[in-house]
Amino acid sequence: MPYQRVVLYLLLVTAALAVLAPILIMASTSLKPMAEIRDGNLFALPQAPTLEAWSTAWHGRGGSGGLADKFLNSFFIVIPALVLSVGLGAITGYALSLWRLRHANLLFAALLIGLFIPPQVTLYPMILLVRELGLFGTVPGLVLVHVVWGLAFVTLLFRNFFQSVPADLVKAARIDGAGFLATFWYVMLPLSLPVFAVAVILQFTYTWNDFLLGLTFSSRDSQPVTVALNNLVASQFGEQEYNVNMAATMLVALPTVLVYLFSGRLFVRGIAAGAVKG
Amino acid sequence: MQGVSLEAVRKVYGGTAVIDDLDLEVEHGEFLVLLGPSGCGKSTLLNMIAGLEPLSGGRIRIGGRDVSDLDPDARDIAMVFQSYALYPTMTVRRNIGFGLKMRGTPRAEVERKVAEVADLLRIGHLLDRRPSELSGGQQQRVAIGRALVRQPRVFLFDEPLSNLDAKLRADMRVELKRLHERLGRTMIYVTHDQIEAMTMATRIVVMDRGRIQQCDRPEAVYDRPANRFVASFVGAPTMNFLDGRLVPADGGVGLACGGMVIPLPGLEPPADGSQGRPVTLGFRPEHVRVAEDGGPGAFAARAVMAEPTGPDLYVLLATEAGEVTARMAPDRRIRRDAPLPVRLDGGRVSLFDPADGRRLA
Repeated sequence: MPYQRVVLYLLLVTAALAVLAPILIMASTSLKPMAEIRDGNLFALPQAPTLEAWSTAWHGRGGSGGLADKFLNSFFIVIPALVLSVGLGAITGYALSLWRLRHANLLFAALLIGLFIPPQVTLYPMILLVRELGLFGTVPGLVLVHVVWGLAFVTLLFRNFFQSVPADLVKAARIDGAGFLATFWYVMLPLSLPVFAVAVILQFTYTWNDFLLGLTFSSRDSQPVTVALNNLVASQFGEQEYNVNMAATMLVALPTVLVYLFSGRLFVRGIAAGAVKG
Repeated sequence: MQGVSLEAVRKVYGGTAVIDDLDLEVEHGEFLVLLGPSGCGKSTLLNMIAGLEPLSGGRIRIGGRDVSDLDPDARDIAMVFQSYALYPTMTVRRNIGFGLKMRGTPRAEVERKVAEVADLLRIGHLLDRRPSELSGGQQQRVAIGRALVRQPRVFLFDEPLSNLDAKLRADMRVELKRLHERLGRTMIYVTHDQIEAMTMATRIVVMDRGRIQQCDRPEAVYDRPANRFVASFVGAPTMNFLDGRLVPADGGVGLACGGMVIPLPGLEPPADGSQGRPVTLGFRPEHVRVAEDGGPGAFAARAVMAEPTGPDLYVLLATEAGEVTARMAPDRRIRRDAPLPVRLDGGRVSLFDPADGRRLA
């Protein structure tokens, strides 16, 4: 094997280990009973693997403190927020780039500003707004907040993609008798599937992993899983149950990993399409 | 009025008029070519007829109906784009049938009409492919098919052949002309290629800077250009221009220019053609005749360079009046710097006003 190859593999293996090692340690710890964790060393493999910690993380102890119903909360927040922000963002991006709207550039600039202001800055006015709408502490309130935050980014993504679509295509569709929505549905939507994959993955990850908005806008009943995880890990009496913490963390991370795995190919194609055409 | 009629049509972008009070009557069944350099407003004009570009003023009528405020799909037109603008994610079949589908045509009828058009354009075997799997010429046919299938009153073409290679372009020219004869529909065709204009048009509209410079049959545009712009834009190699004054010569008139007089036998001088009037003389390379034995109207020239094109030989001549291109038979031997006296066919030349470029005679 030529030495360049050796160097290359060495680098790749090192990088992979650096990423995988913590995950392996987490998985291994989550399968150990507490006694083994107390005595043994962190890197040792479990002697008597058990799923008890996973069960505790999911169901809680004595019927409370589990992540199960918070998972549902998260899905009820993420899925509507995802559908609405990607759907609306796609249409907005299409309108901004392919239809000659009055002040389109001004609107676009406003959206960009929305993208660059960190959420912390507008947190307080946002709280007031959601409270006035009577949605504070509810799942619909969280959906609204996430849609508003996601829209600017998704719109930017789609606008940049549609900007690369030849304007003649829209003209041809108009002559064929397709209006605003028909052109979007029949011509533009099929064209933008890779960008859709990117938008879905990024929005899903972002909304699912969100902690700040979930913490601020939720109540006990509408808590997303990230907030619940924090409570589980941070506020325990007595001994830290490392195995339960690790199992809970991995459970919370699982959905985003699955989304990447299932749409990873489309995702890469979407990024590549953006790179070539943008 | 069955054709297309434009009345005082204007288009203003940010204070500048790109089309200024333009009037044009297109007869039903005509193949009208809008010819001009890029930026002359011809594509804008076509887009305005299509309804893709709103009017800043004036009215447009198609088949006697005022369509100025109608959407493109209500104007009974179809358009073929330079980029073809085929829908990339649809098969050829769906591309062609899309306009019918949008109008709610029953599926069986769409199928039948698509098959008919595909047959006519010989693309039946391509119906289930996507545009990316087709060659440029095939894509062009699909784009034409998409326009044909709706049987519109007027076809609009926006430089449809510019993206094809030379051989294919020549084939498609013939095919489009044949299609026009067969369908008998009005076609309005935008191009900057004067060969396309000359070969296909029943009438040519030469445009420059948002105005019609001349609107006439191709032969008339070529033989009797209305002004110097038209004269220089139409014809390749381009027309020769010499500035000088009209003087009497050999019993007729001649052009005094650069210390010599070029006789123009057979030229009817302009009505206001007072002697000594400054004019620009224009003549095409084929109107220069070799006059080796001298004789009436001959003047001195010598060959500077020869450009054989196959059927013709273009020779650059140096005269006392300036350099002149002449067309000669391809078998003529040209010796560089050898004297080669020539004469002009005075009946075929044009005279322009040097100040405003309009045709004098």
